[in-house]
Amino acid sequence: MKAGTKLERILASGKFAVTAEAGPPKGTSAEAMRKKGELLRHCCDAVNVTDNQTAIVRMSSLAGCLLLKQQGIEPVMQMVVRDRNRLALQGDVLGAVALGIGNILCLSGDHQKFGNHPGAKGVFDIDSIQLLQTLRMMRDEHKFISGEDISGEVPVFIGAAANPFADPFEYRVHRLAKKLKAGADFIQTQAVYDVPRFARWMEMLTERGLDKQVHILAGVIPIRSAGMARYMRDYVPGVNVPDEIVTRMEKSESPKEEGVKIILEIIEQLKDMPGVHGIHIMAVGWEDIVPDVVAKSGLMPRPVV
Amino acid sequence: MKTITSSKPVEEVMGYLEKCQKVYIIGCGTCATMCHTGGKSEVLGMKEKLEGSGKKVTGWMIIPTACDELTKYALEEEAERIKEADCVLAMTCAVGVQTIALHLKDKKPVYPALNTLFIGMEDSPGHFTEVCLQCGSCVLGRTAAICPLVRCSKSLLNGPCGGSSGGKCEVSEDIPCAWQLIYDRLAEMGRLDEMEEIEPFKDWSVSVTGGPRKIDAEAECTTTS
Repeated sequence: MKAGTKLERILASGKFAVTAEAGPPKGTSAEAMRKKGELLRHCCDAVNVTDNQTAIVRMSSLAGCLLLKQQGIEPVMQMVVRDRNRLALQGDVLGAVALGIGNILCLSGDHQKFGNHPGAKGVFDIDSIQLLQTLRMMRDEHKFISGEDISGEVPVFIGAAANPFADPFEYRVHRLAKKLKAGADFIQTQAVYDVPRFARWMEMLTERGLDKQVHILAGVIPIRSAGMARYMRDYVPGVNVPDEIVTRMEKSESPKEEGVKIILEIIEQLKDMPGVHGIHIMAVGWEDIVPDVVAKSGLMPRPVV
Repeated sequence: MKTITSSKPVEEVMGYLEKCQKVYIIGCGTCATMCHTGGKSEVLGMKEKLEGSGKKVTGWMIIPTACDELTKYALEEEAERIKEADCVLAMTCAVGVQTIALHLKDKKPVYPALNTLFIGMEDSPGHFTEVCLQCGSCVLGRTAAICPLVRCSKSLLNGPCGGSSGGKCEVSEDIPCAWQLIYDRLAEMGRLDEMEEIEPFKDWSVSVTGGPRKIDAEAECTTTS
């Protein structure tokens, strides 16, 4: 065991994992965070807390994680390299571990241009692959980037993102291999709508045996309206929504139900796909649908390990 | 090597000149002329604008290369007309502004009329692209001679992020994804395996954040010869 978190134990035991995303509030309400936690508590194994997602300032991921932790919910702390340099990133890792947070997901972060402070200086002192490397070095060698010793243990279960829908497509498997080499223990992917493309990517990586070295959780985002489907297709970087799904949403008389139906069909295919070890549900602003989606996918009750 | 500049908004320039009734204008005959931001016609255009708003232009000149040591002599020649002015408006790059301020005998404000953008490559006549960050530790040998530090919007060192789509950067349709360009060039040379090497942590201490950088070219020549 690297960190012995529930997420790690579930994946190590070969069970199909379920994680979900909870964005912290654009304000100071601990209650808002706790509410999302309560909604997700019984239907997933760990909850990702986003880090100024889409470059919009929110309560910090570290604080959000601690609030979940105090409720007895296991957090996954997301960290982007856009807002902090190597000193701040490493300092926050030490703080997270001291507070009992064991899962950390390393990301580049959406460009600041997309957020509510487009004039901000993007830090990008190190990149997401170097952050993976940093965490592994801190955990396995007890060293900072500088080579100096860390006092105490740094038990972290290290996560990375992957986007098989970005280009160049052929490179995406090499990028995954690179992330493994840098230190990733688990992967949470960008939302899957184009299942055949995702399946091709999975085939390419299982051919290389990469699925045996890392746990892949396929990302899904339930769509609740035709407008949202179009917006994601046209404006959200890195997301690929096929026209067929947009059309289905447009034609439906009860789009929310149709959205759930679509996501359940996708999850059904993902569950059977070789190498997929779990799903990651990012129900942006629609967290109350997650228990329903998990239950209807036949993934309840969640295992106790 | 060309220093690329753009004109500051008129309101900003006028803001600087609020307390100045008399202005001396300096343009530059090299980069700013080529960028159409500080050549003769732009300097004359500025003169007209200032006079139109009731200011007096005590004189103007185009220094052949404002960042050069010789600027000192050009300023001496125009000393009288500069003395008469309340301030100097420099339509030059930031190096020109600082060179003028350094050599000005009669101390008075030197205001920039331009924003200094980057060291640019002229990819078609009059069209410039930023291709070098001047980071102090060049990575081009590992990135197919395309700099990801300036050409990737996130300065990523280890390949394209999840926002690379159809060869474009997520930030704008007008920005080619630097890592797609690097990927294509490496693929062409059969060197794609290099994309799986992890780029070491960058040493920013030799870059802008390490304090002002200095080089003694004379001493360098002596030590290497």
